[in-house]
Amino acid sequence: MAARKKMKSNIRYFIPFCIFLVLIVFLWKSLEKNPYQLPSALINKPLPHFNMSTLNGNQRMTENNFLGQVSLLNVWATWCISCRVEHPILLDISDSKAVAIYGLNYKDNSHLADKWLRDYGNPYKENIIDPKGHLGIDLGVYGTPETYIIDKQGVIRYKFVGPISTDDWRNTLLPVIEKLEEEKRT
Amino acid sequence: MKWFFISWFIALFVQAAFAADIYPFVSPVEQVRFQKLTEQLRCLVCQNQSLADSNAPLASDLRNEVYREMRQGKSDKQILNYLVSRYGNYILFKPLINKATLVLWFGPFVILFGVVLFLVIYLQRRSKRGKSEC
Repeated sequence: MAARKKMKSNIRYFIPFCIFLVLIVFLWKSLEKNPYQLPSALINKPLPHFNMSTLNGNQRMTENNFLGQVSLLNVWATWCISCRVEHPILLDISDSKAVAIYGLNYKDNSHLADKWLRDYGNPYKENIIDPKGHLGIDLGVYGTPETYIIDKQGVIRYKFVGPISTDDWRNTLLPVIEKLEEEKRT
Repeated sequence: MKWFFISWFIALFVQAAFAADIYPFVSPVEQVRFQKLTEQLRCLVCQNQSLADSNAPLASDLRNEVYREMRQGKSDKQILNYLVSRYGNYILFKPLINKATLVLWFGPFVILFGVVLFLVIYLQRRSKRGKSEC
């Protein structure tokens, strides 16, 4: 009888401790989550329809320009400091010819954008101009720089928010691109 | 007395500071609807503020979108869907009720109910035991 009472009181202390441990695990994991890294609502959806001018003046681009190859769509602007930070890595990627990089010049001034690319280098195959940010809204852009990985069917397969570091490229983006390269174009 | 009235008069103008942009509304009903819609939507840049309150450029752009959609005659549900399909469920302040969020919405009530039930049974048992030991 006495032994049973003792076991009962031990369990009484044990249960709140277990609940505490479970809570700690959940809270600890949440600390690692970044509320600015929002999952994109457009994953596995095709690029939205658009028809917009490019930085090169006379050309226009639509979502069909993305068919037939795996490509990156990098959203950037001259007023965006983080874009300046990731720019050298974009130049490296473009030099390595691993994947075509298209730019979306978001809510920017074309003259400034032109000068910026001439001063710092141009990693982009082509640049879409989006001065009002309409295509940005259709893509769910909320903070530059953002980079989309688009497959051969023109479907958005991955979205990377924030400046790309060399590690991000090697460990996160490149594996996705290599996997998409192996997919056949339908 | 004079200062009392003057300070009240000045206080009336403080309210206007909340509206970041000015839209031409057809009626006060429309304006209230716009206010209600933008208060339900989260600013993704300043994430604790609604689209109604935030001064971020994106919030201004999205308020424009809401206004545009309203002018085109879209319903509240259509406008919210328009934004959710581009930005995801996080743009709504109230999480949708679906399988994934059942625990979030009802979990606390279930736990509360369980604890109260446990307490009631425990206290009843204790009082019963107490009576027999007297």
